[in-house]
Amino acid sequence: MKLKLDKNELKPFLQSLIEDYDVYAPVELKEGVSIYKKIDQPEEINLNLLNPQKPVKEVFFPQSEVMLRYERAGKRSQVALMEEVVRERVIFGARPCDIQAISVIDEVFLGKDYTDVYFLHKRKASTIIGIACNHPLSTCFCSSTGGDPFSRKGSDLFFIDLGEAYIAELLTEKGMAFRENRFFKEASSEDLTLAQQIEEKASKKTDASLPIDGIEKRLDQMMESPFWDRIHEKCIGCGICTLLCPTCHCFDIMDEDLAGKGQRVRNWDSCLSTLYSQETSGHNPRPTGRERTRQRLMHKFNYFLKNFGRIACVGCGRCILYCPVNFDIRQVIKEIQKAGDS
Amino acid sequence: MIQQKIREKAKELLSKKEVDLIIGFGEGTLPLRATPIFIRTPEEADRLIWNSFCESNLAIYLHKFSQFKVGLIVKGCDARSVIALSLEKRFRTNPVFRIGVPCQRMVDRRKVKKAVRGEILEAYEEGDQIIVKGDGFQISLNRDDFLYHSCQVCTHRNPTHADLLVGDPFEESPLLEIPPEVREFEEMSSEERWRFFEKETSRCIRCYACREACPMCYCRECFVDSSRPKWLEKSLSPSDLQFYHIVRAYHQTGRCSGCGACERACPMEIRLTYLTRKLNQDVKELFGFETGIDPDAPPPLSTYETEDRQEFIK
Repeated sequence: MKLKLDKNELKPFLQSLIEDYDVYAPVELKEGVSIYKKIDQPEEINLNLLNPQKPVKEVFFPQSEVMLRYERAGKRSQVALMEEVVRERVIFGARPCDIQAISVIDEVFLGKDYTDVYFLHKRKASTIIGIACNHPLSTCFCSSTGGDPFSRKGSDLFFIDLGEAYIAELLTEKGMAFRENRFFKEASSEDLTLAQQIEEKASKKTDASLPIDGIEKRLDQMMESPFWDRIHEKCIGCGICTLLCPTCHCFDIMDEDLAGKGQRVRNWDSCLSTLYSQETSGHNPRPTGRERTRQRLMHKFNYFLKNFGRIACVGCGRCILYCPVNFDIRQVIKEIQKAGDS
Repeated sequence: MIQQKIREKAKELLSKKEVDLIIGFGEGTLPLRATPIFIRTPEEADRLIWNSFCESNLAIYLHKFSQFKVGLIVKGCDARSVIALSLEKRFRTNPVFRIGVPCQRMVDRRKVKKAVRGEILEAYEEGDQIIVKGDGFQISLNRDDFLYHSCQVCTHRNPTHADLLVGDPFEESPLLEIPPEVREFEEMSSEERWRFFEKETSRCIRCYACREACPMCYCRECFVDSSRPKWLEKSLSPSDLQFYHIVRAYHQTGRCSGCGACERACPMEIRLTYLTRKLNQDVKELFGFETGIDPDAPPPLSTYETEDRQEFIK
């Protein structure tokens, strides 16, 4: 079902959402720096930046999440689990690549082997309002990774910016709950034609040419390739590309103790840090940047694909944009092809 | 042309086997970016470039390549880091061959991006202008209006103690006398300073890019990674973030070359140099010491003397 929301109705619409839900949306912290955050006022939203630095995964899988709290009271201990989500949520303004990435994490956290209740509860309580990318960046390559700037996959509602209004497509049961929303009105056939024109134009803009087909087979042959000796050289081993990656989902659980009480917290972790693979004995099976860079790429383009049938990259381009030394994953994908074919 | 000279020197050093590899800058994949490259044969030397986007402090790679004879392209600040590292006895086996390039000051890519509406698809320099092009626009910007803060106040653009110098030295005249970020910070009340520090650090995602981009951060185990003892937790609680940022800055006292690499690396655009600059200034005032200028002067904070010369200590 395709409806329409006039832009001058956006604020009242968001205000009505805030009354009924916890609303998460892109918020600018400083010029050019933004994250997804729970908003209290419609004015806090900034949709001008395509993708915030931190991906939307943070709403479902916070960088630092308290799993439980414990306290000793006299002779008894009390444990409070923190997995419940009290209020229904709306995620407003997430981009198609970020939403795709949530379905990548679904494979692991809601897969057949185990269920992550913390993730599950947030997932269940959430309605996702995606927004199309009319002007993808030159670093976007979602079209090479199975997505596109107008991909509706994973969105409950999907907005398309027409300039003066949004087309609002209701795509799922959760989305259809907005059918009677007082701010939505009928979309005219002109509106729909315009939306289609914008879509056709935008879809041509992202790079669909990256040689990702068959990449896992090439990587199969490359575990001990000298390729890795060179490719990691400029990497300085910070965690930007993994922490800001919308699909990376590794975490580390820590107990934060205080006298008589404490909490169990899980924090995002990064395979590029030395500590990640450090064993208690002192041995580290991934002792240098060579093994760590290989792990990052193998996990995205080989292991994940073998386990779940798709690569763990959605082409958002964050790792390219924010790398301090311009390590460009697109270039690496091309070089893997060259190395694999030679 | 400087770029040509760098390539010629690199070829010469590699052909004569005076170095195993040259670490310099190559063309980046994004506009306004150069990227570190590692050149091992004279034939590859033509990939080396020089422009105002060569912002990294390449001295970071000396740790990774300590088993090799490295030829390193150094700007003024990078050269100072090399001296500071030598004083800490990092290169006992293989001294570094420093190919010094007097620095024209580097362009702040974020400043440029924020000044332009629309995505920049191409950027290059033309005299004192930066030309940026995008979908349907072409703009010419004054290079000097878009420099990094650390470059505006730089007083050592000419590499100190380089093994060879490519290009003519510049007159050492900073564009700004006092770092604006230090002045602003000094003018604040202590409450305002705390609020500023608190706000900046609150954006931290603990990627440690500021640490990894800094040549002086080379501890085998950083205090944040230590589990025995565990000095701090790993979450995003304000106190842990603040603790990290205070200790990171203080570990730099008397060691920081002021290159600004930490701030350039931060994906969350956290201001960092107001602290390290201020510390540099204090060290200069109190000890008459500047990092990486005199290769024989011991760093004041890692020197022990029973008869300290400074009156304020006694």
